[in-house]
Amino acid sequence: MKARKIFQSAWEGLMLNKVRSFLTTLGVIIGVASVIVMLAVSAGTEASIAEQINSLGANLVIVSPMRGVPGAAKTLLIDDYYAIKEQTAGIIGVSAEQSPAPQTIKGNGETLDSIAIIGTTSDFPLVRDYQVEFGRYFSTDEDERGAKIAVLGAGIAADLFGDSDPVGQTITIASTKVTVIGVMEEKGMVSDVDYDGRIYVPINLVFDKFIPEMNIAGDRVRTIYIAAESPEKIESVITQVTSLLSDLHGVEPNSADFSVQTQQDIISTQEATTAAFRDLLAWVAGVSLLVGGIGIMNIMLVSVTERTREIGLRQALGAKPFDVLAQFLLEAVILSLAGGLIGVLFGIGGSTLFNMLGTMRTEIVVGSIPLAFGAAAIVGIFFGYYPATQAAKLDPIIALRHE
Amino acid sequence: MEKIIEIKDLKKIYGEGDATVHALAGVNVEVSRGEFAAVMGPSGSGKSTLMNILGCLDRPSSGEYFLDGRDVSKLDKNELAEVRNQKIGFIFQSFNLLPRMSALSNVMLPMLYNSHEDLSDEQARQRAEQALISVGLENRMHHLPSQLSGGQQQRVAIARALVNRPPLLLADEPTGNLDSHSSVEIMEIMHELHRTGTTILMVTHEPDIAQHAGRVICVKDGAILSEESGDSPCLRRDIK
Repeated sequence: MKARKIFQSAWEGLMLNKVRSFLTTLGVIIGVASVIVMLAVSAGTEASIAEQINSLGANLVIVSPMRGVPGAAKTLLIDDYYAIKEQTAGIIGVSAEQSPAPQTIKGNGETLDSIAIIGTTSDFPLVRDYQVEFGRYFSTDEDERGAKIAVLGAGIAADLFGDSDPVGQTITIASTKVTVIGVMEEKGMVSDVDYDGRIYVPINLVFDKFIPEMNIAGDRVRTIYIAAESPEKIESVITQVTSLLSDLHGVEPNSADFSVQTQQDIISTQEATTAAFRDLLAWVAGVSLLVGGIGIMNIMLVSVTERTREIGLRQALGAKPFDVLAQFLLEAVILSLAGGLIGVLFGIGGSTLFNMLGTMRTEIVVGSIPLAFGAAAIVGIFFGYYPATQAAKLDPIIALRHE
Repeated sequence: MEKIIEIKDLKKIYGEGDATVHALAGVNVEVSRGEFAAVMGPSGSGKSTLMNILGCLDRPSSGEYFLDGRDVSKLDKNELAEVRNQKIGFIFQSFNLLPRMSALSNVMLPMLYNSHEDLSDEQARQRAEQALISVGLENRMHHLPSQLSGGQQQRVAIARALVNRPPLLLADEPTGNLDSHSSVEIMEIMHELHRTGTTILMVTHEPDIAQHAGRVICVKDGAILSEESGDSPCLRRDIK
């Protein structure tokens, strides 16, 4: 019996019961689609984290309070920033950041609620690779004085002043009047951060006016960004900063209350987390594929029982055990491959849809398509084999008598 | 005359020890090419066992079975399947057509498993069409079995039995599920096949039908009772 004819009889067998065939493949469709979507979701998450980290600027060394150490969140101070700025070689700038709770903004007769205020230092545009579009950024002197000045994100400027020039205008942040000295370039949403919807002010103004309660043990900063001169200088900057801050804080470098990381470090840490998450999702999807396979086996067993008489007849007409085996095995494989194919389409469609709707960022992993499709084929062969052997084993005399 | 069936001291034993049942206790039968023979016998006589072995659906416990000159008593499952495909055309009491396939597709089925002739789809279809024409169903080729009368369904089954051109037709109660009018129709076809040289072995319990055959083989208690033409003990006692 030729391969094409085996395929033909398997196909005819499936077409005789289209609804059932479709329902049988549903498990595989869902399994394959979820493998692809799950992997696309975690790849998307990874990509957006990497993008977020890279958008911070180039050649950055990032200093932050060590997480998980009691009291550590209080230990990174503005004085550390001054020390780094004065004593570190091979850097082009340093920027400390701290932000108070979101504030209400008034200006030009408009009121905006819940606006993020970012306290920064004068090197911020340079370090963070984020330029001023109109006007200027504040100077070191203005920052150290805590001058009542602000640079607006492009979105805030448009919301408050529309087309008119905001530079020189006065706005009110909570109850503090500040003068607008510049507007940042448009940067848009990077991951979940809306750079254009924020207001950038001197960090000392934040200490003075918006979080005086944090002042007790010195002015604490959230993060210090250091831009190295070149990628080659990063290693040296890390060493210098670690030793400097260890001295200042009176701690050993290996039990520091701060962390010094590069962007790559942060990306790797995040990737380790998302990899575990991704593996879990892949397993869950794999289990649903397995359940789909069991569904196929179940239906194939029912089908063998129902078609016992047909099998007996085919045997009487000359079908060999292998012919019967091949027919039923092929039915299972066709079911799972069709399920795999539809699943791939649904997986790609679903991932694309999530992306378009903005529900989740997804990036289809090309390798996941052959992976899921191959898994579906293996499921079909594995779970189709047992019912097919049951069919092939039938005694034609008994099978022909079967009602 | 050339023998198409020749069985020698054929035994079929089921079970072991005290539970041993001799379904066939050493049977000898010869059927010549071109014969039309009926097999009769009460249920439990071993008639079904004999027919299963003659149809190569089962193997004897001992003895020899020469079918068309070849000893088939010791063949394995695959070889038996080939013999069934090439040498035997089956006609069943309950027709055994695949319900969701057209008459034509049903008739094409044996050619699906025909590995001896390399038939193209077109050749296979033509041959199936010829077989259907020969049983008078040229206008019913694309009907489903459910759209055909019992007699027509059995004619499709006969066409299917003929399509691989086997030397032997085995008919198991071919008229058992048919009304008398259709039965006559089917027997006419059988006669026609016999006249054109086909060897037919037909199981029946109806004496009227058995009398169509040139010879009646009567099976009882696992043995052949009589070999007299036309005047078998099975016919005399009208055994059902």
